This record gives sequence, C-alpha cells and structure tokens, in this order.
Amino acid sequence: MVATDIPAPRDGMLRRISDALMRRPRLFLFLLLGPPLLWLGIVYVGSLIALLAQSFFSIDEFTGLVKYEFTLKTYGELFRPANLDIIIRSVLMAAAVTLTAALIAFPIAYYAARYARGRWKALFYIAVTLPLWSSYLVRVYAWKLILAKEGILNWFIAKAGLTPVLDLVLSIPVIGGPSLSISYIGTYLVFVYLWLPYMILPTQAALERVPNSLIEASADLGGGPGRTFRSVILPLALPGVIAGSIFTFALTLGDYITPQIVGISTLFLGQAVYTLQGTAGNIPLAAAFSVVPILIIAVYLTVARRLGAFDAL
Amino acid sequence: MASALPAAGTRDRGFTKMSKALRIAAATLAASSLAMPALAQMDAVGEGEGQVDIVAWAGYIERGETDKNFDWVTDFEAKTGCKVNVKTAATSDEMVALMNEGGFDLVTASGDASLRLIAGKTVQPVNTSLIPSWGTVDERLQSAPWHTVDGVHYGVPYQWGSNVLMYNTDVFKEAPTSWNVVFEAMDLPDGKPNAGRVQAFDGPIYIADAALFLKAHKPELGIKDPYELNEEQYKAALDLLRQQRQIVSRYWHDAFVQMDDFKNEGFVASSSWPFQVNILQSEDQPIASTIPSEGATGWADTTMMHANAAHPNCAYMWLEHSINPKLQGDLAAWFGSVPAVLAACKGNALLGDEGCATNGEGDFDKIAFWRTPVSQCASNADGCVPYYRWVSDYIAILGGR
Repeated sequence: MVATDIPAPRDGMLRRISDALMRRPRLFLFLLLGPPLLWLGIVYVGSLIALLAQSFFSIDEFTGLVKYEFTLKTYGELFRPANLDIIIRSVLMAAAVTLTAALIAFPIAYYAARYARGRWKALFYIAVTLPLWSSYLVRVYAWKLILAKEGILNWFIAKAGLTPVLDLVLSIPVIGGPSLSISYIGTYLVFVYLWLPYMILPTQAALERVPNSLIEASADLGGGPGRTFRSVILPLALPGVIAGSIFTFALTLGDYITPQIVGISTLFLGQAVYTLQGTAGNIPLAAAFSVVPILIIAVYLTVARRLGAFDAL
Repeated sequence: MASALPAAGTRDRGFTKMSKALRIAAATLAASSLAMPALAQMDAVGEGEGQVDIVAWAGYIERGETDKNFDWVTDFEAKTGCKVNVKTAATSDEMVALMNEGGFDLVTASGDASLRLIAGKTVQPVNTSLIPSWGTVDERLQSAPWHTVDGVHYGVPYQWGSNVLMYNTDVFKEAPTSWNVVFEAMDLPDGKPNAGRVQAFDGPIYIADAALFLKAHKPELGIKDPYELNEEQYKAALDLLRQQRQIVSRYWHDAFVQMDDFKNEGFVASSSWPFQVNILQSEDQPIASTIPSEGATGWADTTMMHANAAHPNCAYMWLEHSINPKLQGDLAAWFGSVPAVLAACKGNALLGDEGCATNGEGDFDKIAFWRTPVSQCASNADGCVPYYRWVSDYIAILGGR
C-alpha cells in the first residue's frame, strides 16, 4: 500500500530537487522567503539600526570629530530652539498638507469609486496618476514658475481683478511673503499638489470596498445621507484615508527639495538632515534628526489604531 | 551649459573637516619634509600606457558629448593614444574618498580637498620640469598654498573662479561698490528699499562672506582671514547675518532657481557666480556683476596625481595637455571660470576676448579662496570656530533665530 502512496524517486536532477523540496515544506519556504527577508533585514533594517546607533554618538565641540561614546547629548541638541523650530515647522506643514489632501481627495475618490464607470474610470486613473509620470523636479520647478511674482497665476489673478485679495493673503504674518513662491503658502500648495495622488488612490480603493448593501440598509433604517456617511461610509473608508495620510504625512516630513525651491529658505526636517550629514560631518545630529519623523509616524500610527482606523481591515 | 551646473551647484557641499589623524599626518609631513628631500617623483615621461583615469567635477572634462563645440579630450586621445576615463564627483569629500580608494591617476581637487590629499600622502609631487608648458601657468597660481607645501608642487593649477555681486542694471545704473546693498537695510538707487529684493547664499560658508564684509568695515574686530574666525569675530558675523535675514526673503542654492528669481521675482542684487551672470546676459536680461571693494570669496582647483598612479606617463601627458590655451579657454567659457593659463584669454572663439575679464580674471587679489574652517588655525592662537558650528548656526539664522 505504502509503495503506491509514495512514488519511487524519479529520474533527472530537477525532478529530484523538486521532490526533495516537496517533502520538506519548511526548507522550501525558507528558500523562497530567505533572499527577500535577508535583503529587508540587512539593507533596510540594518541601515536603520546603523542610523539609530549613530544618533547616540556626539560631535566633539572642540575638534568637530565624532566621538564614538554613548551619550544622549545629541538628542538634547534637538531641543535647542532653532532645531525645535525645524521639527515644529515640518510637523505643522505635514499636518496641514495631509488634512487638505484628505479633504480634496475624498470627494474625488468617492466619485471615482461609486459613480465613474468604464471610460470615465480609466480617465480618472489617468488623470490622478498623470503627474506621477513626469519627473518630480520638473513639476516642482514648474510650480515655481506658476507661483512666481511675474508668473501665470499672478497674471491671471491680476486679470480677474483679485490682486488685492492675494495681497491680503500674502500679508498674513508668518505664512505670507513677498510672493506666492516665496512664502509658506507656496510651499504648502506645491506639497498638496505633489502628494494628492497618494491620498486619492488608497481612499478610492477603500471606498470601492464599502458594500452597497450596507448603504442601502442604512437608508432602509431611516438614515439620511449625512447619517449614512458618518456611520457607514466614513468608518469603512477610514483605513484608506489613514493609509493615504501616512503617505502624505511621511512624504512631506522627509522632503528636502521642494522647500528649497519654493519657500522662504527656512529649513525642514529633510533639509536639516541633508545639510548636517553632508558638509558639516555632524552625522550624529543628522541621525537624531532622522529619528524624529520615525517617532512621529509611530505615534501617529498608534493613535490611528486606538481610534479604530484599522478595525475594518 | 546645463551640465556645468551639477559641479557648480554642489560646490558648497564640498566642505568638511580634516580628521585629527590627517592633521597629525599633515604636521608630521611638514616636519619631516624639512629634513628629507621631497617624496619620489618622476624624472622622465615615457611611452603612454594607453589610458588615464581622472576624478573630476562634472563639466570639467568634456569630450563633446553635451555640446560638440566643447571637446578637449578627443584630440588628446588621438595624439597620445591615452584613452581618458572620467569619474565625476559631486563633492570634495567624494573626491578624497575616491582617491583614497585608489585606481585613479588624476583628480581635479578644490581648495579643501587638495591639502587633505597632500597630508594623507594620496597624491605625489609633480615634477614641473616634465611639463613643458609649466612656465605659461599664471604666476599667481604657480606656488599657491593650496597645492604647494614647503616649496614642493603637488599639482598643476586647472581653473579658478570667484563669487560675484550680481545686480540688475535697471536698478543700479552704476555698479555697487560695496556688499552693503545685500547686507544692510537701505534704499537702492531706484528709491525703493532693498528688503525682499536681495538674496544671500544658502550655505554655511556664506558666513565667510559676512566676515569678509566685516573685515573691511569693522577693523576693530581684527579679522585677518574670513575662514579663521575666533568667537568674537564669529559672533559679529552671525549678528550681521541675522540682521540680513530681515531683508532677505529667499536664500539661493540652485543656480537655475536664482536666475528665475532675478527674471520673475523682482530680485535685483545677490552674491552669485559668473555662471548665472553669463547665462542671464546671453538672454539679454539687464544683469551685470562686480566685485565690490571688500573683495569676494572664491575657489581654485588643481589637477593632482595619485601617489600610486598606474598610468603615470599618460597622466603627465594629460597634465601638460590640461594647461594648453585652447583647453583652458574652452573650459573657462563652459564653466564660467578663469583659466590657469592667461594666454587662453586671447583669441579663444568660445570664451571671447572679454571672457576672462567677465569671469573675474582681474580680481585675483581680492579673492579669499575657500577652505574648510577648522579649530586649529594660524591667525588666531585661541583657536577658530570649526565648520560644523558654522552649519548649525547658519541653520538657526535661516530659521530666524
């Protein structure tokens, strides 16, 4: 009986290997997953740990050389007013960008998920992803031209007779400036434009998975559109919005090119890391700075989880 | 011209600190070279080895691939049979690292990298008698301290350039004579204030520009060298820059963004490079540049030879080739720099007879060539503020602190 259940070993190298793997599923799994896991472990986690380790060293005040001794001094430096400014500035900007992107993305995603069909759906995907087809740098430079004092947007605003309105907006302290491209408003607009697709796509995916039957049930039970939205659609779509917000939040926190091209030359987190590690040789502080967004995102995810953002997953 | 930008755009990133070990090595080398003859150097150039490997700034060694008018490699290869392999580097640190790694014959090292390479014995002395055209090199550069240590030459000058004060000729009918137009709040000749219409450089090394300004206007501070500042001088420079932050709404970093700012944002004066000035003028913009009375900061590059160069004969042939007037003139036109050979300033079609003057040839004596600020410095016995502090303080200034 046994002889018929387990066939005799077959001929050929490949067949024998195949048979051997079939009999040892664990080995098979290891061979399949090993290389990608190793890559993830060494290249990704490994470099993160190396980074973390660097942040516990400090720079010698006198010689400017890195001292390889454990210390929390470098983290202390993050709380110097100038550095704290950078962190607060980046977080506020990332939060504003994320919130705006979510507000703009939801209706678009809702339309695409629930109403667009066939050709319109294809058009939606193309329209949303089209900006991603061209180079990031080209888009940022293009926005600098659009927002410039003598750029097309200002020309349009002048033609529409809205220049006083723009001047009023630009005269707001802190976020205003001499022109749109030299103000926080400009940086913010470009960020929202850049990261919007990353918000729309996950939101749309989440909305598509909201079953029609639940919405109908809500209506049957007397729920008006507002009630249905608050109690059914939004909670079910929230994981998508949260996923999108992780993209927009993290991407804004880490960006070091846009604020350099459009804005008032104050530094954001990414720029601080870039400046400190490159020419200054202050790797410990750069590493400490790059731990900041990791921590912020971790806190953000924990809060989101507490709020039940992932319950519907 | 676009390919010239990466090098220009990343120049400010080249600063770094000399490690302690290197500094000790430098001191040892300086001491030992008093007693010993110079390190071994070649005494004859033989047959070419068929190739030469060079580490260079982007745009420094062109073979006509970006613009066919700018080619100074093809004829060299045809003439000598040495194939030229170029590895471009974006920062001085990268250049030093590549040279330490080995496998290269030559490097076009800038002011801070060159002394580090000499101190680390990564480069070898150059026998100038094997370079027939050595005598044609600008005398001001022949024994420049960034490649000559104790009378020994460690390289052949390649190109140099300076930062300039770029201004709008519609606003300034006459060239400004002082950097104060970008440092201090004032009304410009057109009667409107300069606030929001001037720029400063977005890099910590700009502190040296402030120091250079103070050197002329606050002699009581006793600044001798803008790269060697004691605490008091340093603090004065920071104060000046903090005050400047009030009138500067944008610091420039990218040459093309700055050009756009001058065209579309109403900026009228800023520190800049001849590169931007040349391009804006070629577009018929009302732009000119000057080096004000205080002088300016600048850079100077040297072609240096690896201590273990595998192709020394081809390397020497390139060193000779690198200072021929045609190459020097073409390169100066391409990069917006000044040739190391003044003969290149005349009769070069690409550069034009005005090219050298435009790029700052006559301003050599006014230029403080850039170096990395280090703690131990010659002009201040108590030590100087090192570069990493320049970085954190400049970040604070940009943030309005």
